[in-house]
Amino acid sequence: MARTASTAKVELKGVKKRFGSKVVLDGLDIAIPAGQSLVVIGGSGTGKSVMIKCVLGILRPEAGEIYVDGKEVTHLRGRARDAMLRKFGMLFQGAALFDSMCVWENVAFGLIQGRGVGRKKAREIAFETLAKVGLGPEVGQLYPAELSGGMQKRVGLARAIAADPEIIFFDEPTTGLDPIMADVINNLIVDTRGSGTTTLSITHDLVSARKIADRIAMLYKGKIIWEGPTAEIDHSGNPYVDQFIHGRAEGPIKMEVRG
Amino acid sequence: MNIFAAIGRTTLGLLREIGRLSAFTVDAVSSFVRPPIYWSLVGKQIMRIGFFSLPVVGLTAFFTGGVLALQIYIGASRYGAEQFVPTVVLVGILRELGPVIAGLMVAGRVAAAIAAELGTMRVTEQIDALTTLATRPVKYLVVPRLMAAIITMPLLVAVADAIGVFGGYIASTQSLGFTGAIYLNNTMNALTNEDIISGLIKAAVFGFIIALLGCYHGFHSKGGAQGVGAATTNAVVTSSILILAANYILTNIFNFFNF
Repeated sequence: MARTASTAKVELKGVKKRFGSKVVLDGLDIAIPAGQSLVVIGGSGTGKSVMIKCVLGILRPEAGEIYVDGKEVTHLRGRARDAMLRKFGMLFQGAALFDSMCVWENVAFGLIQGRGVGRKKAREIAFETLAKVGLGPEVGQLYPAELSGGMQKRVGLARAIAADPEIIFFDEPTTGLDPIMADVINNLIVDTRGSGTTTLSITHDLVSARKIADRIAMLYKGKIIWEGPTAEIDHSGNPYVDQFIHGRAEGPIKMEVRG
Repeated sequence: MNIFAAIGRTTLGLLREIGRLSAFTVDAVSSFVRPPIYWSLVGKQIMRIGFFSLPVVGLTAFFTGGVLALQIYIGASRYGAEQFVPTVVLVGILRELGPVIAGLMVAGRVAAAIAAELGTMRVTEQIDALTTLATRPVKYLVVPRLMAAIITMPLLVAVADAIGVFGGYIASTQSLGFTGAIYLNNTMNALTNEDIISGLIKAAVFGFIIALLGCYHGFHSKGGAQGVGAATTNAVVTSSILILAANYILTNIFNFFNF
């Protein structure tokens, strides 16, 4: 029988993940309350993406438990995992659009393959969703290679929200974008939360984090070392957080030159 | 350097690779019988793997049949057994060279293409994106390619057999002084169902090997362009070696059962 945790929408308890001898997640504990936007910050290579991939079942943790809607999903397989994944949308760092499909097919993919929506209906929804992220119908017929980085991110966002998921993960949503396009993406992320969607974003862009987060947590050496409301991050009293948000080379965080 | 440590590391690495390939094979084969099957993708792959391989397979089969006839004639004429040229060309093409030459050509063309395509999808997170859209990558990417290869390779080899025998006929009649009608008559008299069927069974097995190893190496590629390049090379090399090894084993099995 599936064990149950608290009423958090997504919760990780004591999750451990390593690659060879490198420990990436070292007993990670974190909870995302329903309807809230949590942003996890941290340096490159601290395990932010690995954390998301563990929740989605792309990577399997060696230890710990992961709960979605209070049900343990750590070892779910097959159709049960497919059903669980239908609650999620995900925006990848590089958008991860299918380059063999045109834009509207990318956006409609989850509807057609994951939810069995008819192709015609899915096409309509895809174009409606593209309009929501500010892309006109002419973009729907283009292929990902024909789009700029910012447009690819918007298409990726449209794909993530097309099926109206309960939970959306954003992996470095503004990385590689100019400040204006980054703000456009931030606004779109804020808009997606209108319907009470729970979101988890990972970023090292503090401007983005302040704009989209209800709460911010900092991941360092595989553990959450600080978590609190967005407004409190400037007064965290945590030297690691202070060094990170002020972007100082000197401090307790030492840059590792080798992985 | 400790030689025992090096041998141990190599052995462990080899065993790990065999284990991973075995698990991948079981996953792929067991997915054959579990719905959904993406028939439209199977059709698309039949075109890519089979139809577009026809020119290269046809050309190599033609020249192989011609050269085979010329070489057999040299050997047979030493014993005054020139009349056996049509029979040996037929048996050689149908049982060995048709499936093996077609297998190696398709391995070079298709295994490389599959590994490059899936490898690029892996490193750009497109395979992870499939998972987040509640679509199982093995079912969506691997099963259609495996099915298409198993279906199309026997058809390709059937065409290669006909063209190869025709190549032998052209070489024999144009360069060796055979009379066309007699050559064809000898060929038809020597033709048996076993010769045809054994070659087609080999073709189906080779198709499975080509698609499996193309998918396997693509699925497990790492890093960027270099990783995809390595996956492509490994797919061609391992599938070519396994085709030759499988050919030897299958020929032994057919001989054992007098097939």
